[in-house]
Amino acid sequence: MPLISCENLSFAYDGQLVLENVHFQVEKADYLAILGENGSGKSTLLKGILGLKAPVTGRVTFGSGLAPSKLGYLPQKSEIQKDFPATVEEIVLSGAQNRQGLRPFYSKADKDLARQRMEKLELRPLAKRSFRELSGGQQQRVLLARALVAGRDLLILDEPFAGLDPVVSQDLYRQLADAQREGMAIIMVSHDLHASLHHANKVLHLGSRQLFFGSVADYRQSAIGQSYLGLSRQIPHDGAGDEDTEFDLCDVCEAYQTGEEN
Amino acid sequence: MWDIFQEIMNYPFLLRALLAGMLISICSALLGVSLVLKRYAMIGDGLSHVSFGALALGMALGFSPYLLAVPVVLVAGFFLLKLSDKSGMRGDAALAMISSSSLALGILAVSWGQGVSTDVYNYMFGSILTTSRLDLILISILSGVLLLTFLLFYHKFFAISFDENFAAASGLKVTWYNMLLAALTSLTVVVGIRIMGALLISALIIFPALTAMRLFNSYKAVTWASLVFSLLGFLLGFFASYLFSTPSGASIVLANLGIFALASLLAKVKPLWKKSAS
Repeated sequence: MPLISCENLSFAYDGQLVLENVHFQVEKADYLAILGENGSGKSTLLKGILGLKAPVTGRVTFGSGLAPSKLGYLPQKSEIQKDFPATVEEIVLSGAQNRQGLRPFYSKADKDLARQRMEKLELRPLAKRSFRELSGGQQQRVLLARALVAGRDLLILDEPFAGLDPVVSQDLYRQLADAQREGMAIIMVSHDLHASLHHANKVLHLGSRQLFFGSVADYRQSAIGQSYLGLSRQIPHDGAGDEDTEFDLCDVCEAYQTGEEN
Repeated sequence: MWDIFQEIMNYPFLLRALLAGMLISICSALLGVSLVLKRYAMIGDGLSHVSFGALALGMALGFSPYLLAVPVVLVAGFFLLKLSDKSGMRGDAALAMISSSSLALGILAVSWGQGVSTDVYNYMFGSILTTSRLDLILISILSGVLLLTFLLFYHKFFAISFDENFAAASGLKVTWYNMLLAALTSLTVVVGIRIMGALLISALIIFPALTAMRLFNSYKAVTWASLVFSLLGFLLGFFASYLFSTPSGASIVLANLGIFALASLLAKVKPLWKKSAS
C-alpha cells in the first residue's frame, strides 16, 4: 500500500479553482519532485497533503501506518517570522510536538532525538544561539532539523533551497539523501530543476492541473519534460534558487502551455 | 522604603491593591509574550475599549459591572481574533472601528445614566485603591487558571506562535489554542481595568513583552523577563503613585515606558560593549 495516495484532488481559493484533477502515489523511500511555474498550485498541494487546506474534490489517503505524527514539514521561508526570539534548540525540539498529545513537557527521548538531529546538521555549536541572528543557510538547517525531528516516514519540503548558495544547497541535498537511505520518503517543491531530477525518482509536474506524473526517466522522455529541460539548459545556470533562473523557467512553462515551443 | 512597605501593610485596602496589581501584572505579562509574538497586540487594545463600553452600559442598566462585561468581552475577544486572522487592511480598520464605537457607546450610556461619576472615571483611567474584595477574589482565580494554562501549554503556545502552519501540520488544534488565548485576554482585560483603566490596560500587556524582546534571545528568557519587567514596572508605578499621589494607571504605564527605554538603550550599547571586550 502506498504511503500517500491522492485521487482526483482539486483545490480552490475563494471559489476559484487553482489546481484540479491531481492523481499520484508516494511509496516508502520515494523522492518525489514537484515541478511547475509560480502559482501552478505546488504549495497548495503540499498544504492539502498536510491537512492545512481542505480539497474541493478528491482526497488524500495515508497508508502504511503514516500519520501526522510521522511526518516532517519544512515550510517556505516567507512563512517564518524573522524577528522571533527563540533559540535553535527550542525550535528543533518543537518538531517533537506532533507526538506530544496533551503532555506538557518533552520526554527524554524527544530531547535526545533533537540533540542527535542537531549533531547531524552541525547545529550543536549554535544550540543556544538565537534563530534571528543566524544566516539564511543556518536558519534553513534549523528548520530542516526540526522537520527531521518531526518526520520519521515522510518529509515534505517547500522550496528548501530558495535563496541559498550552491555550497549550502549541496550540503542540504546530502542530508536529504541520508534521510532517504534511512527509509524516509521525500516530497519536495523546488525551482532547482537539474538538482531535483538528479536526486528524485518521481516527478509531478503541475500547471493548475496535473501535467505529468511518473518516473524521472519517463519525464526526461516526455514532451513536457523535454521542453522544460531543453529550454532551461539554454539559460546560464549559475546558482540554485537564482531569481533570474526561476523567472526564465516560468517563461518556458508558459511557452509550453500556449504551444509556442521555440 | 521599608517604612513605606510597613505603612502599606497596615492598610488592608492598600495591601489588596498591591496584591491585585501584582497578579494582574503576572497575567498580562504572560499573555503579552504570546499576543505580541503572534501579532495580536491590537486585540488587547480593542478589548479594553469594548470592556469599557460593556462596564459603562452595565452600570447604566443597574447590573453588577462584571455581569454584562464578562460575556460581552469574551464574545468580542473571539470576534476580534477572527478579524485579525484576516490579512490585509480591512481587519485593522474594523478593529479601530469597533474600539471607538464601544467607547462612544460607553460614554453615551454614562451620560444617559448618572453623568460622569467617579466610577466611570475610575474605569477609564484606573483606580487601584478602590479594588474590592470581589475584585481580588476574581483576580486570584483568574491568575491561578492562567498560570496553570501557561504551565501546561507552554510548548504549544511556543509552537503556534513561532510557526502556526507547522503546528497545525503537527496536529495541534491551532484555532482552539488561539481561542483560549483570546478568552484569557478578555478576562484579564475585564478584571484588570479596575487597576489600570480601560485606556491604559493594553500597555500592561504589550510593554513587558516588548522590553523583554529587546534584551533576550530565547523564548524561555523572554517569558521570564517579561514577568520580571511587568512586576518591576507595576511596583515602581505603584510606589510612585503612593508617594507622589499621582494616578496609579498612568504612573504604572510611565514606569513601564521608562523600563522599556532603558532596555532599548542597553540593547544598543550591549553589542558595542561586547566588541570592545573581545
